[in-house]
Amino acid sequence: MSAILPPTERVWWKQPLDRVELMWIVIALVWCLIMFFMMPYWHIYGKQNLSNEAYRETPERFSKKADDMIAKYKVREEGGDLKVPVVHPPAGSDVYMIARLWQWYPLLELEAGKSYRIHLMSMDWLHGFSLQPENINIEVHPGYDHVVTVTPTHPGTYSIVCNEYCGINHHTMTSKIYVK
Amino acid sequence: MAVNRMFRTCPSSGLVFHEPAEKLMRWNAVAAAVSLLIGGLLAIGVVLTRWQAVHLLPADRFYQVLTAHGLNMLVFWIIFFEIAVLYFAASTLLKARLATPGMAWAGFWLMVLGALINNYSVLRGDSSVMFTSYAPMGAHPTFYLGLILFAVGALIACFVFFGTLVVAKAERTYVGSVPLVTFGAVTAAIIAVFTIASGAIILIPTFLWSVGLIDHVDSLMYRTIWWAFGHSSQQINVAAHVSVWYAIAAIVFGAKPLSEKVSRTAFLLYILFLQLASAHHLLADPGLTSNWKIFNTSYAMYLAVLASMVHGLTVPGAIEVAQRGKGFNHGLFEWLRKAPWGNPVFSGMFMSLVGFGFLGGISGVMMGTEQLNLIIHNTLYVPGHFHATVVIGTTLAFMSLTYFLIPVLFRREMMFPGMAKWQPYVFGLGMTGVALFLMAAGTLGVPRRHWDMSFAGNTFPYEFPGSAWLMMALAGISGLVAIVGGGMYLLITVGSVFLGKKIPAPGFVHVRAAQGVAPAPKPVSAAITGHGTAVGAWGMIAPGTFTLAMVFLVSFVLYYFINWKYLATVWPLK
Repeated sequence: MSAILPPTERVWWKQPLDRVELMWIVIALVWCLIMFFMMPYWHIYGKQNLSNEAYRETPERFSKKADDMIAKYKVREEGGDLKVPVVHPPAGSDVYMIARLWQWYPLLELEAGKSYRIHLMSMDWLHGFSLQPENINIEVHPGYDHVVTVTPTHPGTYSIVCNEYCGINHHTMTSKIYVK
Repeated sequence: MAVNRMFRTCPSSGLVFHEPAEKLMRWNAVAAAVSLLIGGLLAIGVVLTRWQAVHLLPADRFYQVLTAHGLNMLVFWIIFFEIAVLYFAASTLLKARLATPGMAWAGFWLMVLGALINNYSVLRGDSSVMFTSYAPMGAHPTFYLGLILFAVGALIACFVFFGTLVVAKAERTYVGSVPLVTFGAVTAAIIAVFTIASGAIILIPTFLWSVGLIDHVDSLMYRTIWWAFGHSSQQINVAAHVSVWYAIAAIVFGAKPLSEKVSRTAFLLYILFLQLASAHHLLADPGLTSNWKIFNTSYAMYLAVLASMVHGLTVPGAIEVAQRGKGFNHGLFEWLRKAPWGNPVFSGMFMSLVGFGFLGGISGVMMGTEQLNLIIHNTLYVPGHFHATVVIGTTLAFMSLTYFLIPVLFRREMMFPGMAKWQPYVFGLGMTGVALFLMAAGTLGVPRRHWDMSFAGNTFPYEFPGSAWLMMALAGISGLVAIVGGGMYLLITVGSVFLGKKIPAPGFVHVRAAQGVAPAPKPVSAAITGHGTAVGAWGMIAPGTFTLAMVFLVSFVLYYFINWKYLATVWPLK
């Protein structure tokens, strides 16, 4: 009789469907399939796909690579007393970005229209790479070197905000990317 | 120990209550309300801090309050209430005695103990690790211990529920199949067992790590397994509140499911596919392949989405058919216009249904799409989404059910009936604002779980656009409205339960097992009929609902492709 009583028809599974349900199920299923195929489609034809390239890495080795890169491509320092190096790596090169409590290191200077292999890794806890105002958001793990190839589109000053909660000074974990 | 066979029949609803089950339902509901009160008070701190112009709390206090708010609302309030729903669906709806009440009490007190210990750890101040407690950020050992004890208690309750189904079957208290609502509750309980097992797999090692017995917890492993627990627990909520929708449609309108087959199959899809959807929390993580992400979040998730879309049609469809049967048969929407909008049991349930579908459902699919997740992950869009699913969806559905339970279960007259009429609207619309404005802020990039979007004093600050600040202010105002709505709910329920006028009702009487046997079914002469006498239009029994469903679909499709278009404008990435 109702949803809080046992079904009156003992063989309820043989009860025919009304058109309203049947049509809706078909429409909904088709829509679900379209949504499914959008993802592989975007992998083939779309330009914004998160990389599958990641390596297990130790903090020591990763900071060594970052330091080597900074030594090679440093153009200046910023941030007053903090003296955060700004690097201007050549297009197509490997760029190492350290995430740690509570800093992104180093600052980057990139060129619009050129691609860079940016390596993201945390030295301690989880962090969130959030590029503003583009609003690209990537999880940064300790122990996993995640290689993301990005191509900045327009010149300007962009910001990196940490958007994975990482303790009391989480809100101070911000940085800049200059695109020329 | 003799088995307690004391039962009473509610004179107004005809429902049958088993004495220990009734007591357990009441205590679980009260524990739920206490958790809601704590979580609601904490919500004030969250709302007034994230409203940047007010920025009430200092950073450490904010993260502490946010952690406790998440746990009390998402875990303690909802699960205590769900245990009451499980006992209702098994014992009351099947007219059966609750299996092993002693075990059920043990489970209840374990849950209470776990909730207290967990709250204690957050109160200490060294466990502000958020609801998710992502390792390697560590909390005090009692944080994990509290959650583990709570989960064990909930697991015991699930097995008491299953045991009650066995008792009902053995004592033949019902004929044929279990009611649809009970079937939905079974779905919830099965998902709960999977959820709690996942929780044990990750929280027990994390607890051992916190006391120094294990030296390393991998962050990716933690997130992968934790979400099998964290997201699946939200699927328990979905299964539970969909069951509540069906129950309320039946209680208020005497609505009969359009078809048992479709509704039950949709519940079955939840069991088969919902858990895999937890992978959508990992779409922005390294170390997992796109194939894995796409399979888990789409193949699986979209079949679960299909199930929700089906329920979204069949619940209002059943109401429409029932209303048309009563003569509200003019045009497409007379059945809806003439619905009892002043009855909080109905109005809350219907807002829960609409809010869950339009706001929670659509935004959930956006976040669960591999590439779209890049422009959403960890922004305020996420809390916007789950305040639509868990608060408008689950909490509001549970609130509406409470208004039905006060006279029936607690045998008290409802206090402040005038206020109760408005409560679902105040709470539902406030929370709709919260969900929408948080989603808008997230679209503008504002991070979740973040104390200061002004970045004052940072070396390299970022300036969010003024529109983002506006959204946060609007979310703050809506949040306060919702908190007022929550306060109204607590005032009405607590007032009624403790101070409300007692409704005289027949007491418990001993019912022997033989007396409890359901009468034999009537001959099946009229079985297997279609909806022969169907009313409606376009050859459909529920054309109004179908129209609403098409409106939903069009919004869904438009919003889906708008997001893809937006994604196409950001930096290319591979």
